[in-house]
Amino acid sequence: MGDPPPNPDSPSQPTSSRRNSQLSERWRSQEQPRPQPTVPYEVQQTPPDAQIPRSSQEVVSSQTNLRGWSQRASLTQNENLMLQAEEAQLGGIEYSSLNTGFPSEIQPQPYLSEGRFQVTRDASLMLQQLQQGEGNLFQQLEAAYQEPGANLLGQFTMYQRDLQFGQSAEHGPYLRDDPALQFSPSELGFMPFSMEMPEPEPRELAVQNAKAYLLQTSVNCDLSLYEHLVNLLTKILNQRPENPLFLLESLNRTTQWEWFHPKLDTLRDDPEMQPIYEMAERQKALFGGSGGGEGEQEMEEEVAETAVPNIMEKAFYFEQAGVGLGSDESFRIFMALKQLVEQQPILTCRFWGKILGLSRSYLVAEVEFREGEEEGEEEEMEEMMEGGDVMETHGEEEGEEEEKIPDVIPKPTWKPPPAIPKEESRSGANKYLYFVCNEPGQPWARLPHVTPIQIVQARKIKKFFTGYLDAPVISYPPFPGNEANYLRAQIARISAATQISPLGFYQFGEEEGDEEEEGGAGRDSYEENPDFDGIPVLELVDSMANWVHHTQHILPQGRCTWVNPLQKTEEEEELGEEEEKADEGMEEVEQEVGPPLLTPLSEDAEIMHMSPWTARLSCSLSPQYSVAVVRSNLWPGACAYASGKKFENIYIGWGHKYSPENFNPPLPAPIQQEYPSGPEIMEMSDPTVEEEQALKAAQEQVLAASEEEEEDEDEDEDEDQDD
Amino acid sequence: MDAESLLLSLELASGSGQGLSPDRRASLLTSLTLVKRDYRFDRVLFWGRILGLVADYYIAQGLSEDQLAPRKTLYSLNCMEWSLLPPATEEMATQTSVVKGRFMGDPSHEYEHTEVQKVNEGEKVFEEEVVVQIKEETRLVSVIDQIDKAVAIVPRGALFKTPFGSINVNRTFEGLSLSEAKKLSSYFHFKEPVELKNKTLLEKADMDPSLDFMDSLEHDIPKVEP
Repeated sequence: MGDPPPNPDSPSQPTSSRRNSQLSERWRSQEQPRPQPTVPYEVQQTPPDAQIPRSSQEVVSSQTNLRGWSQRASLTQNENLMLQAEEAQLGGIEYSSLNTGFPSEIQPQPYLSEGRFQVTRDASLMLQQLQQGEGNLFQQLEAAYQEPGANLLGQFTMYQRDLQFGQSAEHGPYLRDDPALQFSPSELGFMPFSMEMPEPEPRELAVQNAKAYLLQTSVNCDLSLYEHLVNLLTKILNQRPENPLFLLESLNRTTQWEWFHPKLDTLRDDPEMQPIYEMAERQKALFGGSGGGEGEQEMEEEVAETAVPNIMEKAFYFEQAGVGLGSDESFRIFMALKQLVEQQPILTCRFWGKILGLSRSYLVAEVEFREGEEEGEEEEMEEMMEGGDVMETHGEEEGEEEEKIPDVIPKPTWKPPPAIPKEESRSGANKYLYFVCNEPGQPWARLPHVTPIQIVQARKIKKFFTGYLDAPVISYPPFPGNEANYLRAQIARISAATQISPLGFYQFGEEEGDEEEEGGAGRDSYEENPDFDGIPVLELVDSMANWVHHTQHILPQGRCTWVNPLQKTEEEEELGEEEEKADEGMEEVEQEVGPPLLTPLSEDAEIMHMSPWTARLSCSLSPQYSVAVVRSNLWPGACAYASGKKFENIYIGWGHKYSPENFNPPLPAPIQQEYPSGPEIMEMSDPTVEEEQALKAAQEQVLAASEEEEEDEDEDEDEDQDD
Repeated sequence: MDAESLLLSLELASGSGQGLSPDRRASLLTSLTLVKRDYRFDRVLFWGRILGLVADYYIAQGLSEDQLAPRKTLYSLNCMEWSLLPPATEEMATQTSVVKGRFMGDPSHEYEHTEVQKVNEGEKVFEEEVVVQIKEETRLVSVIDQIDKAVAIVPRGALFKTPFGSINVNRTFEGLSLSEAKKLSSYFHFKEPVELKNKTLLEKADMDPSLDFMDSLEHDIPKVEP
């Protein structure tokens, strides 16, 4: 290997300098720190191929070289030697072609074909240089990574070459992060990483840090800059576009896009219908439980009393009535209810029905917990709320103290109406707990208890359910809660209005207090009548008096048992007795009374001269075997059947009451009265800036005048004193 | 739903909770076949059921060869005996728009509606309260027509138009793909197009004249996310 031919003239420098800067960035990404050989310019005359200036064509081949580098494994010493030998043979040819000098005359093709060899030759040349102890290795490496003949020498001379570099010549030269370097990473190649690292030096450490920084993944995705650059350069070298520098921007974008949209095989179809598979997976889990319980004991347990109702039987009867979800769906619901019973401590469970929604629907299960089980969650929720209240009162007290010091702002006389307390669990509207899910197989979500204010507001609005429990309910008047609360309120209303049973199935317990003592609230509990014989179907259909409501009617207040909102509670007494005395005289709230429990349907009010219930035989062709079906006209979708001793209620619908007119939302309230202008409160416009300034100037004048007077007086006094 | 694939379609539509009892299903299958023979329909569709207070109406529609030709509507109270309904007219629609409330279930029931009408008697013009009787059958006809115009839809590709202008069922229609089925633009109203001529040229360029000859659901009001 002879000495490399002298450098070409300096005109080649600028172009190579541009390329060099690009390469330097590339090299910076290298992990192995390579000491920067600072070869003086004169010495640069020696290295081989780094001489010929390049045009964009050179860039192409440089990229080829890069690719050659990246694709190669580490270059072994043996290879180096071999290549050196080859290079010796080709060197002459190469140099001659390289020495033609200027970009326009250089054909990239020969270099492309020899790209790999050139790279290796360059490496070997650099090795030689190193071994020769000359300070030009860096330049040679630079040259290697560009096409042979790239003129990087001018810049490379600024860097010292590390003598240790010779041992692992396959590592790329890594440039220090110096903007003055003007290297171009696209032109610089780099050698693949070799495990034979010399001891880390400060520069190596710097390069390691640089590479680690480049390897860190970005916040949005898993792609790191390092990988992206590798992809980009690989792609460029693979495709070899005509004007890659010009296309760099779009290539960058395309590479990034391709990373995230991997090209799929055009000959095979993708696996499709992902949502269906997910759904099937979830439903499979439903059926999985039954496969596990093969032991005898478990079978016995299952055969014994469970809280899960016989959904299939009820579905059969409802199908006779013309209402139902289909037998497959009913079976899945049955399995889902079974799952619910296993997960929660449930005493009784019933499939309440399905509420349709715009995006998804709700399957509703009505359950009753075992004694004492549900209190835990309730208490937690109450504590949170009380904590919030305590904080608020503290805030108010502090606020009041602060207010007393400056001007006392007149407090508004409007007080919000006292909140009506919600009913206790297991009583009234909150007698049962409700769980909902969107599809059988999805986990059951528990609905919160309903408060009276929610029921009152739910009566005023009509919104479709979307299917998402946390969706907000945007309406006027504003509904206090989200869709879960609205759903619960509608469930409460529907249950109260349409849960019916044949007369006699339920009866009141015998030991009940006097009705008078309870203030006419009526009995609120019932029990099954063991002597119930069943009413003939024809009678059930003929007269509505044979059916009774077994849920409590909800009063206009929003509760089932009336509560006087003005009753003094302990808290109110502490706050202020004066205010209460004023109230008592003014308002007297009438006690609201509703129909008592177990009222027959014949007592229900009519809607527009129309009976609120429609009763049919399920099949007129075979009356002896048909069931009695009662549909509600007030809540379309509510249906009940009865046959012999069996009966059941269900609701499948949109969750809205029937109204012959279209729904009109209420208009907003009238604007409140402003304070009338009087002697105490009079509206005036604020003074403008000019007025204020004029006032200030006048005041200053007065002040100045008074000071002068004082001075005069002082002088007079002094004079007097002097005198 | 087509009478031939009635049972399958009923299963698929069971999500809304409305279903038919087994006896009704059996009677429908038999009677619809007979209707098809008697009226010489090309296809008989079970339109649905209208609930009434006393009884329910079961509605069927018969189509001739040309799918978009006016359909004949039949009703029955017991799914066995079918009676033909008169075609709907504008006048019926205005007349029955004043009636509100549920259907009775008796086709001969008459709704009474008092109107204030100006009556010309010679030279005098005075107002008189006239009680207008509206038959439930008329109301049934106009309600069915309104529902059809508003919500009868077909997926794109199920019907195609021949160069002669007649519209036939596309026997090679395999259904919409999953992504297409989620878009509102792949469904059309099953009636004579109204909006088609208002489309811009750009939109018309994308349309296939043999498939896109009806209004799509995209521009219906109120807008709903699919």
